Amino acid sequence: MTALTMPTRPGHDAGLRPVPWRRMAWVTWRQHRAALGGVAVFLGALAVYLWLTGLQIHHAYAADCHPASSLACTINFTGRYAVNVNIIRAFLQVVPALIGAFAGAPVLARELETGTFRFAWTQGFGRWRWALAKLVLLAVVVAAAAGAFTVLFSWYASPFFAAGYAIPFATDLFDLLGVAFAAWTLAAFAIGVLAGMVIRRVVPAIAATLAAYAGLALATTLWLREHYMRPLLTTKTNVPGSAWVVSQWYTKGGKYAFGAHGSGIVNAVSQLCHGGNSGLSPAQCLTQHGYTAWTSYQPGSRFWPFQWIEGSWLLALSVLLIATTIWMVRRRAA
Amino acid sequence: MIMNIIETSGLGKRYGGTWALRECTLAIPAGHVAALVGPNGAGKTTLLNLAVGLAEPSAGGITVLGGLPAGSPAALDGIAFVAQDTPLYKNLSAADMLHLTRNLNRRFDQHYAETRLGELGIPLHRKAGKMSGGQQAQLALTLALARRPKLLVLDEPVAMLDPVARHDFMATVLTAMADDGVSVVLSSHVLAELERVADYLILLSRGRVQVAGEVDGLLASHRMLTGPTTEADKYAERPVVHVQRGGAQTHLLVRATADDPVPPSWEAHPVDLEELAMAYLREPGAGALPGPSRGRGTQPSEVTR
Repeated sequence: MTALTMPTRPGHDAGLRPVPWRRMAWVTWRQHRAALGGVAVFLGALAVYLWLTGLQIHHAYAADCHPASSLACTINFTGRYAVNVNIIRAFLQVVPALIGAFAGAPVLARELETGTFRFAWTQGFGRWRWALAKLVLLAVVVAAAAGAFTVLFSWYASPFFAAGYAIPFATDLFDLLGVAFAAWTLAAFAIGVLAGMVIRRVVPAIAATLAAYAGLALATTLWLREHYMRPLLTTKTNVPGSAWVVSQWYTKGGKYAFGAHGSGIVNAVSQLCHGGNSGLSPAQCLTQHGYTAWTSYQPGSRFWPFQWIEGSWLLALSVLLIATTIWMVRRRAA
Repeated sequence: MIMNIIETSGLGKRYGGTWALRECTLAIPAGHVAALVGPNGAGKTTLLNLAVGLAEPSAGGITVLGGLPAGSPAALDGIAFVAQDTPLYKNLSAADMLHLTRNLNRRFDQHYAETRLGELGIPLHRKAGKMSGGQQAQLALTLALARRPKLLVLDEPVAMLDPVARHDFMATVLTAMADDGVSVVLSSHVLAELERVADYLILLSRGRVQVAGEVDGLLASHRMLTGPTTEADKYAERPVVHVQRGGAQTHLLVRATADDPVPPSWEAHPVDLEELAMAYLREPGAGALPGPSRGRGTQPSEVTR
């Protein structure tokens, strides 16, 4: 019998060539083509819509917005299409989360939930190589799809920037432009696969992915992004329109007085400026009374540095999450 | 030299605070159909998971295929595993499962796999989720055997199958064993099925190895003695594994060969595998392990200490 004539020395087979990496391409495609197809159809349908409305938008901008301050532009361009871009930009916020939850979370959770990991992880390919190949392939495809989508969205949104209706630094546009959208999609996918590995059940992993992504995106938008670079400070009132105004406040005699929003300024204006009946704007009135208005802002020229900073840390986070997932696949006991 | 297909020393696996398997030392030689028998929770699946590298030992060590670390690339390459309930990708067809398995392994005998599925009447285009339990088990077994493994590990392969499917499944295993010399380790609590296929027995109980050895040797070294109940307590010539008292007659399963003398007014019968396994399973304290210093001549209760 052949079994008895097999090499009995340990290490004899240790030098055997591993199964080539490229074999995982078909495996990954065959197992996840439904999810990838779903992503493609979803983004594709959105892309077709953006393209069709984008053509109209560009046409309207070209016809009526020279100059952009003209009444025709206000009526025929922003008046007609602002609602469209506002709905689109709000909707696109959740797209990375949906991709992470529905394409990322089930990748490992389904294997663990149905027990098929016992099949996959005992094949000759090896379990951590299996996880690495599969996750990297899917991550690259998903991020590339999101990146391609961004190009279209940037084209779609460009007339609104040109017309001065919106700035790329706006919180709900910044993450849809440049490299940020692809990076956020990648991060959502990485969150999804790790959640699936940790939770081991598809539906709870999807829920956890949505929650974790929402938390990360909110925290970034509300607190983190403004600190990527030290904001510029000015006491001038004509901050460039493309700038992202981070905060405004007033000082008097070199000391902080109150912020530009809230009860402090309301009280001051109502006491000093007779409830606004003096014929001056509140800001002018406060200046007359010795207050200095301060503005901290990120100039529009920092858009790309900010994109690269956000893209880089999201990429690093994604790599870390995927590496953790692979480490868990390697370590997890059945 | 015959290598050991699985070799463990002091092997233990703990899940949380509970030992699923402990102080497991055994050596299963190649070229057998080795049956791993034990009640639910005895540690059968744990031992198999350790052997195929799905789990890591908490204590001790385990090597496979003559000294390879379990779970190493070479070990994965040489071992095919069919897990409990034969997990398959339900949305993939048989053809896709073949293609998938071929891509994930260095060797895959496509011709063998297609021929076998043809013989079994399993259409290649049928999705795994649409197959009967028997067909799924056969597909999983075919995928495993087409990898041309040196060791085939089956965890409760027939538990979910009807008697006909059970028979067909085991027939496939035995054919592969005869044709390719693949060694087989399978766990089961269906004792009757093992009688036909297993020639090596490992009995696990409460996470410990209770009995290990070739079936022929085990059967030859055990006898069932039947005699009057009144004399049952006096019997002390050979170690008694299990006592089954009746009204007038008592059955003693003892460690004795056909040559050993039988006391007057007692009758000796050979035992079958099921009786032997049942007797040990009912006496978790008793043991029969290979090795010069163990087993024969000592009281069962001392053997496992």
